Amino acid sequence: MTIPVSLTVNGKAVGVDIDPRTLLSQLLRDHLHLTGTHIGCDTGQCGACTVHVDGRAVKACNIFAAQVDGAAVTTIEGIGGANGALHPMQAAFREHHGLQCGFCTPGMIMNAIELVQKHPNPSEDTVRAELDGNLCRCTGYHNIVKAVIAGAANMKG
Amino acid sequence: MNAPYIGQSIKRTEDQRFITGGGTYTDDVNVVGQTYAYFLRSPHAHAKIRGINFAKAKAAAGVVGIYTGEDLTAAKVGGLPCGWLITSVDGQPMKEPPHPLLAQGKVRHVGDQVAVVIAESLHQAKDAAELIEVDYEMLPAVVNAADARKPGVPLVHDDVPHNTCYTWAIGAKDVVDKAFASASHVTTLEFNNNRLIPNAIEPRAALAQYSRGDEAYTLHVANQNPHVERLLMTAFVLGLPEHKVRVIAPDVGGGFGSKIFLYAEETVITWASKQVNRPIKWTAERSESFVTDAHGRDHVTKAELAMDKSGKFLAMRVHTTANLGAYLSTFASSVPTILYATLLAGQYTTPAIYCEVTAVFTNTVPVDAYRGAGRPEATYVIERLVETAAREMKLAPAEIRKRNFITQFPYQTPVALCYDTGNYGATLEAAMKLADAAGFEARRKQAADRGKLRGLGYSTYIEACGLAPSNIAGSLGARAGLYEAGEVRFHPTGSVSVFTGSHSHGQGHETTFAQVVADKLGIPIENITIVHGDTGRIPFGMGTYGSRSIAVGGAAIVKAIDKIIDKGKKIAAHLLEASADDITFKDGVFSVAGSDKKKTIAEVAFASYVPHNYPLDKLEPGLNETAFYDPPNFTYPAGSHICEVEIDGDTGATKIVSFTAVDDFGNVINPMIVEGQVHGGLAQGIGQALLEGCAYDAESGQLITGSYMDYAMPRADDVPSFKVDTKVTACTHNALGVKGCGEAGAIGAPAAVINAITDALGVKDIAMPATAERVWRAMNTKSKKAK
Ligand code: FES
Ligand code: FES
Repeated sequence: MTIPVSLTVNGKAVGVDIDPRTLLSQLLRDHLHLTGTHIGCDTGQCGACTVHVDGRAVKACNIFAAQVDGAAVTTIEGIGGANGALHPMQAAFREHHGLQCGFCTPGMIMNAIELVQKHPNPSEDTVRAELDGNLCRCTGYHNIVKAVIAGAANMKG
Repeated sequence: MNAPYIGQSIKRTEDQRFITGGGTYTDDVNVVGQTYAYFLRSPHAHAKIRGINFAKAKAAAGVVGIYTGEDLTAAKVGGLPCGWLITSVDGQPMKEPPHPLLAQGKVRHVGDQVAVVIAESLHQAKDAAELIEVDYEMLPAVVNAADARKPGVPLVHDDVPHNTCYTWAIGAKDVVDKAFASASHVTTLEFNNNRLIPNAIEPRAALAQYSRGDEAYTLHVANQNPHVERLLMTAFVLGLPEHKVRVIAPDVGGGFGSKIFLYAEETVITWASKQVNRPIKWTAERSESFVTDAHGRDHVTKAELAMDKSGKFLAMRVHTTANLGAYLSTFASSVPTILYATLLAGQYTTPAIYCEVTAVFTNTVPVDAYRGAGRPEATYVIERLVETAAREMKLAPAEIRKRNFITQFPYQTPVALCYDTGNYGATLEAAMKLADAAGFEARRKQAADRGKLRGLGYSTYIEACGLAPSNIAGSLGARAGLYEAGEVRFHPTGSVSVFTGSHSHGQGHETTFAQVVADKLGIPIENITIVHGDTGRIPFGMGTYGSRSIAVGGAAIVKAIDKIIDKGKKIAAHLLEASADDITFKDGVFSVAGSDKKKTIAEVAFASYVPHNYPLDKLEPGLNETAFYDPPNFTYPAGSHICEVEIDGDTGATKIVSFTAVDDFGNVINPMIVEGQVHGGLAQGIGQALLEGCAYDAESGQLITGSYMDYAMPRADDVPSFKVDTKVTACTHNALGVKGCGEAGAIGAPAAVINAITDALGVKDIAMPATAERVWRAMNTKSKKAK
């Protein structure tokens, strides 16, 4: 049995017929080949799959694709500017070495962008508290925190 | 960015793809006609399999194939090998019970794989697996190392008495015992080094393809050492010729040791891809990672340190029982022996050391190398002993260390290693300054006024990286070489591809190695690409583990570059009509000494590929050189970590208020990347000390900490910003003077944290992880005792 789902992904209209069990993360990765959204766990704990649904950061592994019918989804592939220009938060992660293996990175960046929307001038404590739902095993968070604070400043610029 | 590149914090080349979602991890690779594998796993810790009924599953929608251990036996597929032979004190080789790819009549830990289902979609594979009926006869289980040898305990393997893989020892026992007998003070500690679950954020994954046309396999796999993976899989398990198997480890999302090993899943699907004649993909779910990725640590140890009146160390005696889990994982046997006991001298002149290690099987996930591999366990033993001894002797922690530091190099330890260089006093002094150790007592008082307990803990660690040389390792039981390979290929128009047997899964080799190559060849860094992780493109390699990449892999590349420059000189001599002896090479230019005649290396490369004016009678065309480098010794990074904690007197919650690490990694190629490695290691070390503890139910053998909800991973608000610096004594025996930095944080941190907590609480010891509950209990038992 399949069901039809239509939504907007990174500004493009998408319609698919999918198994109703399909998660948003699976829709993005397996059906739309947007493999920048990563799967790091099966309990909604790691945040590697974070995307924006109607502007809010959401763990794509924790929601059925059918639930986002009609919504606008943005993934890591969709946040840059024209001609491959980086989003200021992406640039900050590179500038401050906020990534090593890169696996947690898309989720971190997506969550960080929402974080800055809520807290335009985040303190270190705020960043650490808000990143609570995103695991990174490589960086020890030190440079991620630096990157998010710098990214927040960049986003104003 | 201009040369010299070495020493600069150059931003990473690889980041562009990772920050844009353009990385290619194994699960991102999809091929036409791909099927999906799902492994049916044992829900029991220990059980006989009386029968498996998969008639219904076979008929389920979308099923392409189902295989069990019987199919593998029929196909003469072997078990997983162990790469290091340890010999027991009685001269017997370690016990190596079979490590089947799919259970053979018995399961030995929760998660042991019983059958594989291959189907058109993952949903279908899972649905079919639900229909398989396995008739288990449950057996009693043993999970704790301390219990494994007790009489009457169930045997994990019927033919391994007392569940004992080996009892191994190093050092002169009689000399040590004598020193203890005459010591004026002995410090004794007994503790566990807690079991950890590596948890790279990318779960393991594999995609196997078989091509009937040329009888060849291609395996994409999340792995740290693709050539070793191929060698073990083809030669020892599947009996395939190596040239028919290509292993690609593309972008890999962290490893920390857990992706070194050859696992059952990728081996089974490689075999099955021929049976079903379709590509097969398998990606672990996190709950599978918890019960199948090799775990780390899990030691039970009694450690003693003998001193004279002045606090000078006379001898150390250590007895450890190491839990190996249910089967011998790829390098499991070497971790609690060769990589552990040989490190027990630490930074000190302790003249006599004896260590005895008994390794046992239990009904738990196999245990193998995890970031640091043996060296964190050794450091924990030494640094907990030293700090405790200081307190018992009423010496300052820095003072007792300084009295015992090795200051003369090279230094031969009593446990086999020979340190080439170091300056332990310098890193300790620098760390104390950076941590403001002098101001600590004032901070302790201020905290006490707020009802908080402050503590300061030190850890001055030594590490041995770049395990080598091969012949010595071989005499100690290694079943593989320990060199590294590198190939440097000039293209006709002057750009360069470098192929390295090292593998990067977060370490930034594409940047660091390019910095080295750019400086050595005198060409712009943009003209260089570093290629890794593909047996089809790279001559050979041992991969990345044990902080070996720059020290061994980097040195191999430099060796290949030396050959390039040598040949380049001959070509330049021809072009410039001079003798090769008169040609010098500097900053990318060959010149004739004492003249202004010169050729750039790009011009020389072009001449070699378009050899119209070329000494064809004496030289082959082309500019492409390969080198293998087998180091003469380990490298010995060392450093000082200082941790300051503040404990809430009501709740026992511990906050790390400051963590300082001053390390000596030898020469540093890219300080930004090195600092990042330290940060990550520290978080893992702090995780071990405060948060992470793998727990099994002793009765049922069930893994209690089987998800991120139960296993406490360090999160952003669990760790502080770190104070990190380096001091340099260059390694004396490799071309770059480098030592390696990947594991240092995880090695030094646990002892520093626990030393700080015990200092704050005024207790002798506390178990890791020192959770709020344990700290609270320690505070409360202590105050009761005081009353
Ligand atoms: S994959 Fe979504 S939270 Fe882990
Ligand atoms: S960079 Fe590897 S998990 Fe965060």
